[in-house]
Amino acid sequence: MVAAAKRLRIGSRLPAQIALAPALLIALVLYCGTTSWTVWISLTSSRMLPNSVFVGLRQYDVLANNDRWLASIANIATFGALFMTAALTIGFLLAAMIDQKVRAESLLRSVFLYPFSMSFIVTGLAWRWMLDPTLGFEKLLHDIGFADAHFDWIVRPDRVIYTLVIASVWHAAGLVMAIMLAGLRGVDREIWNAARVDGLPTWRIFVFIIIPMMRGSFATACVLLATSVVKLYDLSVAMTNGGPGIASEVPAKFVMDYLFERGNLALATAAATTMLITVVVVVAPWYHWQGRKARMAGIA
Amino acid sequence: MSTPRASRHPSGRRPKRLSPSRVGLYAFLLITALFFLTPLYVMLVTSLKPMAEIRLGNIMSLPAAPTLDAWTTAWSRACTGLSCNGISAGFWNSIRILVPSVIVSIMVGATTGYAMSFWRPRGAKLLFAALMVVAFIPYQVFIYPLVRIFSQVGIANSLAGIVLVHTVFGLPTMTLLFRNHFASLPLELFKAARVDGAGFWRIFLQIMMPMAVPIAVVAVILQVTGIWNDFILGLVFAGRDNLPMTVQLNNVVNTTQGERTYNVDMAATLLTALVPLCVYFVSGRWFVRGIAAGAVKG
Repeated sequence: MVAAAKRLRIGSRLPAQIALAPALLIALVLYCGTTSWTVWISLTSSRMLPNSVFVGLRQYDVLANNDRWLASIANIATFGALFMTAALTIGFLLAAMIDQKVRAESLLRSVFLYPFSMSFIVTGLAWRWMLDPTLGFEKLLHDIGFADAHFDWIVRPDRVIYTLVIASVWHAAGLVMAIMLAGLRGVDREIWNAARVDGLPTWRIFVFIIIPMMRGSFATACVLLATSVVKLYDLSVAMTNGGPGIASEVPAKFVMDYLFERGNLALATAAATTMLITVVVVVAPWYHWQGRKARMAGIA
Repeated sequence: MSTPRASRHPSGRRPKRLSPSRVGLYAFLLITALFFLTPLYVMLVTSLKPMAEIRLGNIMSLPAAPTLDAWTTAWSRACTGLSCNGISAGFWNSIRILVPSVIVSIMVGATTGYAMSFWRPRGAKLLFAALMVVAFIPYQVFIYPLVRIFSQVGIANSLAGIVLVHTVFGLPTMTLLFRNHFASLPLELFKAARVDGAGFWRIFLQIMMPMAVPIAVVAVILQVTGIWNDFILGLVFAGRDNLPMTVQLNNVVNTTQGERTYNVDMAATLLTALVPLCVYFVSGRWFVRGIAAGAVKG
C-alpha cells in the first residue's frame, strides 16, 4: 500500500483534491450532517416543527409502546424471513436448473429477470389487481368450477403480508438467479469432474461442495435482499397502503407517515434511527468480511 | 476456464430419450416461467378490455374485441385529484427529471471514481467507505433534514432539487462502478500519460473516459431504470409541478371516484413500466452486468 502510494506521487494532487470536493461535500453535509440531525431530532420533543428540548431516549420508549410501530416491526420480520427464504431458494433453483445446459437459456433468463426492471409501484398495482377478491384470481377459481375457493388474502389482516411476499419474490427472484448463475459459472469444472468420478449424486455435490463454495454469491444476495427488506416502502404503499387496518404497515412507511402526515418528527426520527442501527448491524459484519477477503487477495 | 463445458458430463453417445429428471427440470422451468409471465399477461389483456367485459369475464381470458380506449384514457384523460389530464404529464416530468439526473450523477460519479483510483487524494479511502455504507441506508434517515436544507437553499420542490437528490443518492453506486473500472486498468497507462505531461483533467477526458465507454453504458442503464422507477424521492422532493410518472400513476389508481376502472389502471401501469422494460429488453446482457456491478462488492 505504502509503496504503491509512493510510486504514484508524480506531480501535484491538487486537481484530484478539487475533483473530489463535490463528493466530499455531499458526504459531509448531506450524508453525515443529515444523519446526525436525524439522530438529534429523535432525542428532542419535536412535534410538527423541530425544537431543541432534549428529552433523552424518551421517544424510543414511546416508540417501543406504539402499536403501529410494533405491528410494522412484526410485519417486516415475517415479510423479511419469508421473502428472503423464498427468493434465495427459487433464485438458486432457477440458476441451478438453467445451468444444466437447457434449451432457450437466454429466453428463460429474460423471463425470470424482467420483473426486476420494473418499479415497486408497477409491481404492487399489478398484483393488487390480480389478487382483487371480487374480480381477480378468486373469480377465476369460481369460474373454472371451484365455487367455494377463497383467495382473498389481500383483504385479510392475517394474510395480507403474504401477498406482499408473493409480489416481491416475483420482483426479486430473477436478481438472485443472475447472482447465483454468475457464482455457479465461476466454479471450476474440475471440481465437478472430481466429484462425479467419486460417484457422488448431483444433489450431494450441490449441497456439500457447490453451495459452500458459493458463499460469496449467497452473502451478496443476502445483503441485497436484506437491505431491500429494510427499505420496503413503495410496494406497501401501492399494493395495500398499509392496510387492511395496520396489517401491512412497514417501518419505512411508519417514518414517512409520522414525518409528513402525522407531524410527529421526534417519533419518526427515532424510528428512522432504529432502522439505521439495524442496517449497520446487518451490513458491518459483511463489509468487514468482504474487506478481509479483499486484503487477503492482495487487492486492497 | 478453457475446458469445454461438456466435460462435466460423462462422454459417449447421447441418450435417445429425455430422462425423467430432464422432463422434471423442463416442467419446473416452464411452470415458473408461466408464473413470471402471468402479471404481464394479465396487465396487457385487462388494459385491452372494456369495463363490462372485465366485470363479467375473468382476468385470464383474452379480450373479445381488443380496444385501445383504456390506453388513450390513461394517457390523456385519467384523473389525479382534480385535474384530468392523464399520466402524460407524469411521463414528461419523468423525462425532465431523468435526463439531467442521469447526466449529472454519472459525471460526478465518474470524476470521483477516477480521482479516487489513480490519484489517491487525501481522505479518498474514508470517503469511499462512507459511500459504501450510505448505499445500504434507507432514505428515511436522510429525508427530513434534506427537505429542511433544500428549503433553506431555495431548491425545495423544484427540478433542481430532485436532480440534486438523484445525484446524491446515485453517487455511491456510480463511484463504485467507475472506481472499480479504473482500478482494473494498468497503472502503466496512467504513468505513461503523466510522463508525457498530461494533467489530471486531460488524462481523464482524453484517455480514461474513452476507455470507460462500456462502463458508462452500464451506468446509464442503472441510472435510467433506477431514476425512472423511483417513487419516494420524487414524492418528497420534486414538488407538485414535477411529480414523476410513478407518483402520478399511484395517484391515478388511488383517486378513482365511484367504480374503479381497472382497464385504465392497467394501461397506466403498463405505460409507466414501458421505459424500464424497453431498456431491459434492448440492453439484454448489459442490464445483468449492470446489476452485477452495482451489487456492491467492496
